[in-house]
Amino acid sequence: MSLRIEERRELNLRMFYLTPLLAVVLTVVAGFLMFLSMGYDPFLGIYHFFVSPLLTVYGLAELGLKAAPLIMIAVGLAIGFRANVWNIGAEGQLTIGAVAGGGLALALIDVEAFWVLPLISIAGILGGMAWAAIPAFLKARWDVNEILTSLMLTYVATLTLSALVFGPWKDPMGFNFPQSEMLSESATLPLVLEGTRLHAGVVVALLIAAAGWVVMTRTIIGFQIRVVGQAPAAAAFAGFSRKRLIWLSLLTSGGLAGLAGLFEVAGPIGQLIPSISPGYGFTAIIVAFLGRLHPIGIIGAGLIMALSYIGGENAQVEAGMPQAVTGVFQGMLLFFLLASDFLARYRLRFDSGGNAADLRKEAPAE
Amino acid sequence: MHQATSATAPRLELRNVSKRFPGVLANDSIDLSVAPGEIHALLGENGAGKSTLVKIIYGVLHADEGEVLWEGAPVGIADPHAARNLGIGMVFQHFSLFEAMTVLENIALGIEKAPDMKALAERVVEVSHAYGLPLDPDREVHTLSVGERQRIEIVRCLLQNPCLLIMDEPTSVLTPQEVERLFETLRQLSAEGVSILYISHKLEEIRALCDRATILRGGKVVGSCDPARETAKSMASMMIGAAMRELPTRTGRISDKTRLEVQGLNLDAGHALGVSLKDVTFSVRQGEIFGIAGVAGNGQGELFQALTGERTVHVAQEVLIDGIAAGRMGAAGRRRLGMCSIPEERHGHAAVPEMSLAENFLLSGYRRMKLLAGGFVQAHAMAELAQRVVRDFNVKATGIAATASSLSGGNLQKFIVGREILQNPGILIVSQPTWGLDAGAAAAIHEALLTLAGNGTAIVVISQDLDELLTLSDHLAVINLGRLSKSMVTVDASIDEIGLLMGGLHGMTEHQPEQTEGGVHVA
Repeated sequence: MSLRIEERRELNLRMFYLTPLLAVVLTVVAGFLMFLSMGYDPFLGIYHFFVSPLLTVYGLAELGLKAAPLIMIAVGLAIGFRANVWNIGAEGQLTIGAVAGGGLALALIDVEAFWVLPLISIAGILGGMAWAAIPAFLKARWDVNEILTSLMLTYVATLTLSALVFGPWKDPMGFNFPQSEMLSESATLPLVLEGTRLHAGVVVALLIAAAGWVVMTRTIIGFQIRVVGQAPAAAAFAGFSRKRLIWLSLLTSGGLAGLAGLFEVAGPIGQLIPSISPGYGFTAIIVAFLGRLHPIGIIGAGLIMALSYIGGENAQVEAGMPQAVTGVFQGMLLFFLLASDFLARYRLRFDSGGNAADLRKEAPAE
Repeated sequence: MHQATSATAPRLELRNVSKRFPGVLANDSIDLSVAPGEIHALLGENGAGKSTLVKIIYGVLHADEGEVLWEGAPVGIADPHAARNLGIGMVFQHFSLFEAMTVLENIALGIEKAPDMKALAERVVEVSHAYGLPLDPDREVHTLSVGERQRIEIVRCLLQNPCLLIMDEPTSVLTPQEVERLFETLRQLSAEGVSILYISHKLEEIRALCDRATILRGGKVVGSCDPARETAKSMASMMIGAAMRELPTRTGRISDKTRLEVQGLNLDAGHALGVSLKDVTFSVRQGEIFGIAGVAGNGQGELFQALTGERTVHVAQEVLIDGIAAGRMGAAGRRRLGMCSIPEERHGHAAVPEMSLAENFLLSGYRRMKLLAGGFVQAHAMAELAQRVVRDFNVKATGIAATASSLSGGNLQKFIVGREILQNPGILIVSQPTWGLDAGAAAAIHEALLTLAGNGTAIVVISQDLDELLTLSDHLAVINLGRLSKSMVTVDASIDEIGLLMGGLHGMTEHQPEQTEGGVHVA
């Protein structure tokens, strides 16, 4: 008896879009079993994790608040992923974006003007781009693997932020806590829903997703990105510059991650602290794939992953579950997505010995 | 040296052999018999079922129905190992050799029991001399020509004392002289009683070599004949199932205006197994078809890249397009100057397999056909042009939304050729335009290229198919080891001279040991 893996003859397009939903369902089922085995009431656990956050306005606002950076970053990453440019370091670009924009906001802390917020937003974008430019240069110039460079630069970025808030940028009135002064009113994102923390960043995220969709489907740049990803030799034949597309995709994803980082600082956090992101830059990688690298899919995937953050917090508060529950659910979701993708593309066959052996037995008897 | 054979039974007999793949009946109740010492041709177009049939004989595939008889007794050939034990040897079209190893090491790898290297070396020399297949066992494979590599594969088979030797398209990579030498070897084997199953679609070769021919079409045996008594034309019509279409006579004249001039072009190999171009010089005039012949792997790929701008050269003056120095321009810039191209590899180079025909039109057509407005793709115009290619060039597809990968090789190539022709190129660079196509599609492509030249385009055709170049080109030159010969007028060129240029220089200038080998060649 042996197990064989065979490629399916026709790639089922419906399955391609159904597997993300299947992965979500399987994650809920597995979560149910996990709660059961841990001795929690599984119905209550699932309720606290997936349902109760959606029942209040505050919960929904928090969902949007957490989904916004995930969507923004994932839209940028998806562009690169389609061109086979693997930016794994969005977390670092997010951090440097926050440093650049937040630093400028601290310098302008006494200025009250409408242009402060746009200016620091641009600084955030440029910061993220600058951080992504390092792997872009190394890849375009010497073909250095961007997965490694972008990932390693993440740790440099978070340590840079720590060094700043533990050192020169520390609030002198802050009782020696590692945090900067609070940003001024002009450097803070306006709220879109009073009484919640939901800020204008969520609107920007939706606009970015829409723009990403238009770029990928309607423009020659989007076409070139898809060709480079699917058939690099055809891109060379058509005269598309590979280097230009490496730069373009890394700068785009880096810039969007930087903006997301700045929005955290100018939004819910309001100041620079050592840890400004609960891993949005990494979670956005899951969001990009769960959303099938498609901007519309990414909006849905961003909301689901945001729910895993909020549900995890809720489960801690309401049911006394450990903090790790968030990570476990995110991990299960990615696992089930990859597994169901694999099974949509290949079929497993159990057989006893294989056809070749059968023929060997039969043939002489003929 | 060979097993005694019964006088009456054929060496190999197939009865009613069928093989079905999903959606296609590749072999449909095939009967075939090969007598001892017979050179038997298996003739058919691509997709006729030749490869499937020999894979069944060699144990790579298994028949769904029917039986295989060896020396009159039914056998089941489970795998190639079993086939070799029966005495069946096969020389594949694509060699499986390790380039960085020596001839002897490669041969040793193919033998099941670990051999004594010294004794093996003696056997190799002995066999290779006995059959006129000179080989130096200690040479590394990457220094050998394609013809020499094929000898390794043949010697590898002969070491096992085969009674049936299967040769799959053995001459497609050889020079005319090498073909003649191979035929002598095969005739000698046949005289010793070895049966040879010879797969080809080259009719003149089959007439010269084979005792009998079985013709396959659409998975069925449609006839068998004595090739010596047939004409190439009569066999072709059996193979195609219709009379061959005559190519149109050329209209239009070659003008004096030079469109493409290549002056002392140099290019580094780029990677370890590539070939550097050295001092390549030629020019092509308006309305002229310029052929570049050569055995595979002599710099054709690099030349295509250097001409089209997929790789740029250091000196701009080395490539002049209508007098403009274009050597440092990329593919986009050269296309703007009116140079279009058709690469050899259709899937993934000339077209993106998973994209629609409309998008594949966009791939190379958006600049010259002005399909952009402010960076946005004009979807309507794109669809219209793709539709026009499908209609004008008779591309069989379900529509322009069909993916490139869903088309047959011939139809995809018609689409690709049509896409470039529709852009009205001043210069067209084409590599292996009819590689792997059936005769009907190949004729359609030849016709399109001749018409295009008639309308004034300067065309460069790089091809390993000498017959194709003799049919199409006005002038031709031969590429060998990255150097291009002087160009000659096609109608005046002698096949012998072209053949010598294709293979002759190889090894003599750069590898001294080859010179002594050369003496053996002639002997």
